[in-house]
Amino acid sequence: MADVQIVDLGKAFDQITVLQNVSLQVADGEFLTLLGPSGCGKSTLLRILAGLEVQGSGSVSIGGRVVDGVRAKHRNVAMVFQSYALYPHMTVAQNMALPLRMRRLTALQRLPVVGALLPETRRIGAEIAVEVTQTAGALGIAHLLDRKPAQLSGGQRQRVAVGRAMVRHPTVFLMDEPLSNLDAKLRVQMRAEIKELHRRLGVTFIYVTHDQAEAMTLSDRVAVMLEGELLQVAPPQQIYADPAERRVAEFVGSPKINMLEGVVREQGLVDVADSALAIDVEGEAGAAVMLGIRPEAFYVADRAGPGALTGTVRLVEHMGSDLYVHLDMRGVVEAVIARLLAERAPHIAIGQVVNLGVRPDRVLLFASDGSRIRPRRPTLAATASVTPIGEYVQ
Amino acid sequence: MSAAHGFVRPATIARHAVLLLTAAFIMLPFVWMVSLSLKPSDEIFRASFSLLPDQWYALENYKRVLTSAPLLRYMLNGVIVCAVILTVQILICAPCAYALAKLEFRGRDALFALVLIGLLLPQQVLALPLFILGYSVGVLNTYAALVFPFVVSPFGIFLFRQFFRSIPDDIVHAARLDGLSELAIVWRIMMPMAMPAVIAFSIFSIVSHWNDLFWPLIAVNDQRLMPPPLGIMAFKNEETGTDYGPLMAASSLVVLPLIVAFLAAQRWFVEGIAKGGVKG
Repeated sequence: MADVQIVDLGKAFDQITVLQNVSLQVADGEFLTLLGPSGCGKSTLLRILAGLEVQGSGSVSIGGRVVDGVRAKHRNVAMVFQSYALYPHMTVAQNMALPLRMRRLTALQRLPVVGALLPETRRIGAEIAVEVTQTAGALGIAHLLDRKPAQLSGGQRQRVAVGRAMVRHPTVFLMDEPLSNLDAKLRVQMRAEIKELHRRLGVTFIYVTHDQAEAMTLSDRVAVMLEGELLQVAPPQQIYADPAERRVAEFVGSPKINMLEGVVREQGLVDVADSALAIDVEGEAGAAVMLGIRPEAFYVADRAGPGALTGTVRLVEHMGSDLYVHLDMRGVVEAVIARLLAERAPHIAIGQVVNLGVRPDRVLLFASDGSRIRPRRPTLAATASVTPIGEYVQ
Repeated sequence: MSAAHGFVRPATIARHAVLLLTAAFIMLPFVWMVSLSLKPSDEIFRASFSLLPDQWYALENYKRVLTSAPLLRYMLNGVIVCAVILTVQILICAPCAYALAKLEFRGRDALFALVLIGLLLPQQVLALPLFILGYSVGVLNTYAALVFPFVVSPFGIFLFRQFFRSIPDDIVHAARLDGLSELAIVWRIMMPMAMPAVIAFSIFSIVSHWNDLFWPLIAVNDQRLMPPPLGIMAFKNEETGTDYGPLMAASSLVVLPLIVAFLAAQRWFVEGIAKGGVKG
């Protein structure tokens, strides 16, 4: 088992910066997810950790040992690839045995005919076969050992790839979008299995994905990456509820967070979309701010007025327990999306004018450069002077 | 489709007609060769045309080939030379192709351009320098003389490189993490995956060196070292004069192994060419 320390890592391909000043500490046994859109450098970072790519600057240590310049096979890390990368000409058993054969047998013992005649080869080979069978059993693929990868389904190949990584007991597990080639149902199932695998093995997992559902459900901590930079590293709840900056807030959450332009009228009051919200903000009158409001922070209000926003319904999406209501609001360019409990708002129809209350403590404020403006008092007490209109939905 | 509908579309007929005609045109010399090998000499020079002989003379012709000239010796030479050339070619081409396809280093594209230039040069251009090289090293008139010009095959490097490029990088990465050295990746992962290309290349290599007359004519004059085509030449001069029956019988025997080998490997051959050529 090992912790992973990444210090000031940088990487560029042909003058295009892929990673800049990435620093990250991953604790022993932690499940950390690198979350970001495709092309943000997260897979490159993973390949540098594995030793498959050389960093431009900075340093990586695994288990307290600096591994810069150490070859992939000597790092004791294992990786599961998006494409699984199984060897198509070998059976499942041979695929899983290969990493052990390469480590335990000498070059001479691995030779096709000569190797079999050497005394130790058979004993070590039998040991390896036992371990492969055990690992396969733990993953529920023992009955597939004699098949070739082409004869397996996507989920089975995924398990074989995990098995090949597991069988040599690596100290760090790297996973590069391992679920993205599976269909939606299987993905949810394999997600649970990976979580269970991490709990059982107790080793460090570093998991790369662009899927926030995977990041949120699996991780101890999530590292949000964008354009080669680490924006925030925090537990999933905190990433969602307390994003460090606007880009994080916009990337995490589905439907996307609503961004409304506002102007500070006076201390504690912000003009937005033809209304005013009582928000605990310290700022000069006239200062421009962005209000980030998550769809579920809205609730249906009885009347218009301070503390509520008024909009015309453009589209209603029924999601079962929830409604996603898209509204046009005056002074707001993009449609505002509110997520309302279906049972509390059954009457909403297209074209209707709806008043939405906002829980002031759920409004995230951002400065025009995208940085977060934190409330003076980060408690619900900040909202005590405002009487909420209508009822809370959430 | 035509069988299912109970009729054959005109386009299909036209396509097959063209293919059959072309095939017949290419086959004709071979058929003529076999036909002549079955006839006595007076029938060969008869003005009238017939595919099958009036008088069967096959036994006499083939017997004369096998007894009066060391044809089996020539064929054994061909097997030895082709096997050594092919083995060394693969040993050299596969790592080169891997480096050009999957490793990143300065000058890689320039090196690959050189390989392509090598592909363009005809064998005859290099014959004289190679002959002088062979002379100064002192290998002329040995098996080594028949082998050394061909040990590096630009065509093999090109074909394998194209095939290796179609193998995903993730496979190479996985192999490195599994503890394989770069050479182990070539022999344990890339080559088994590139089997169709290996078979296609083997056919090309064996056919061209089995049939090669030009270089053996320059490199050896000892009859015990001669490969089949050169042997037939010698056979024609010394033994038969203008007796074409036994000559054609010898030629038929020489091409027979190639035809058998090609038919056996046909499926992989087509796959290897198609895959290496299309992806890349």
